[in-house]
Amino acid sequence: MCLAIPAKIVELDSQNALQAIVDVVGVRRRVDLGLLQDAPPVPGDWVLIHVGFAMSKISEADAEDQMRMLTMLGEAEAAMQEVRGYGLENEPQDQSGPRLKQ
Amino acid sequence: MKFVDEFRSPQLIAKTGEEIRRLADPKRHYRIMEVCGGHTHAIYRFGLKDLLPSNVELIHGPGCPVCVLPMGRIDDGLSLAAEPNFIFAAFGDMMRVPGTQGSPLEYKARGMDVRIVYSPADALKLARSNPEKHVMFFAIGFETTAPSTALTLMRAKAEGLRNFSVFCNHVTIIPAIRAILDSPDMRLDGFVGPGHVSTVIGCRPYDWIAKDEGKPVVVSGFEPLDILQSIVMLLRQLRSGKAKVENQYKRVVLWEGNRAALRAMAEVFELRPYFEWRGLGFISQSALKIRASYAEWDSEQRFSVPGVRVTDPKAAQCGEVLKGVLKPAQCKLFGRECTPEQPVGALMVSSEGSSAAYFNYEHRKPLLPKSGSANRKSKWHMEPAAKRAAD
Repeated sequence: MCLAIPAKIVELDSQNALQAIVDVVGVRRRVDLGLLQDAPPVPGDWVLIHVGFAMSKISEADAEDQMRMLTMLGEAEAAMQEVRGYGLENEPQDQSGPRLKQ
Repeated sequence: MKFVDEFRSPQLIAKTGEEIRRLADPKRHYRIMEVCGGHTHAIYRFGLKDLLPSNVELIHGPGCPVCVLPMGRIDDGLSLAAEPNFIFAAFGDMMRVPGTQGSPLEYKARGMDVRIVYSPADALKLARSNPEKHVMFFAIGFETTAPSTALTLMRAKAEGLRNFSVFCNHVTIIPAIRAILDSPDMRLDGFVGPGHVSTVIGCRPYDWIAKDEGKPVVVSGFEPLDILQSIVMLLRQLRSGKAKVENQYKRVVLWEGNRAALRAMAEVFELRPYFEWRGLGFISQSALKIRASYAEWDSEQRFSVPGVRVTDPKAAQCGEVLKGVLKPAQCKLFGRECTPEQPVGALMVSSEGSSAAYFNYEHRKPLLPKSGSANRKSKWHMEPAAKRAAD
């Protein structure tokens, strides 16, 4: 719940401007952009996600740092479990997409 | 997927540790509180205490929302789970937290419909796809999660979705800091301010701590270097005799916070006159309730709950630990009656609680090198579990 998970905006929902598909190390899920509506992110931007909602825009380097830190805190698995848990139905399948730089 | 498996800038970490030793006046004892449970977790996990001189003491604050939730609230929420056609939805963090008649997981084992959700938005989806049932989202968290609950309630209202409600346990961090500062047995020199909460509320709400109480506050990130740099910034302020609010976590936290998130919270929530915090007792205006304009989506206004207050066992000394009077291991129950598997007191129920963090990490080999050996690469370890996750 208190995890901040870095994600890359892949595409905006054409039906709902406040939803987007994001990529978190290869896992794609729908997240809510409602809390960034004052300056909505665009595809290619990086964001920090809390409980399924994008909360702040960050740089790609900071996204990498954040994922590395989750790993070192022993929370990377919990973070991926959370991301996989977002969205209960009608969601895109996992697919490989852009990944964090290796 | 390969995660980078080292800390950023080990040399810089060693240098920052040296800077802390240089800045700390050996004739003084510094008591610095990290407010956020995420910081507490990181401090133990990375063994940061080993990089600090003995006169710089870290006190672990109240910023673990699972830990501070009174057992009576869990009982109240779970009392509704027993209703027919009712779905109790909560974050995974809540699932093992005991109420007097068992945890949500144990209720599930008894046949009640208890679901883990990772987002309040998913609880709303559950309601859409189960129109014949009522879905109650058991909401917990500080200002980090409250805006998401607020937006979810706004969506429910806009859709007119009547089989959804929120049992709101959201709390706010500022009144808890005030309660700690007002406590007569508490002497603190400064605060490492919470990172993610500040993403929402910004840095201004901490102004009074510097102006009225004369204590410095540095909003901090969560990496080892972030936390150590924040301690350097605090010590510099203490040395200069000035107190102000500084933002070490500028790459994420804006000074004015997230306005859209604050608007959503203001639309849906108002302050409760008072709320009980496990370990700290009743604190006035320290929690959020759902406004009357959203009464239909407020579980407490819509259903009746027992509302019985449950006191923690007297022997559990979480309050003293929270206020920094006792260290976790000095509690009479620590590690014997009270463990992360069988928690008795508030601070053992979540990995971000200071007693659980102490239990899990204190006797493990620190990930960071001891002072003076930071440049020896062989000292850098990753725990096997983290390594597996990285592969």
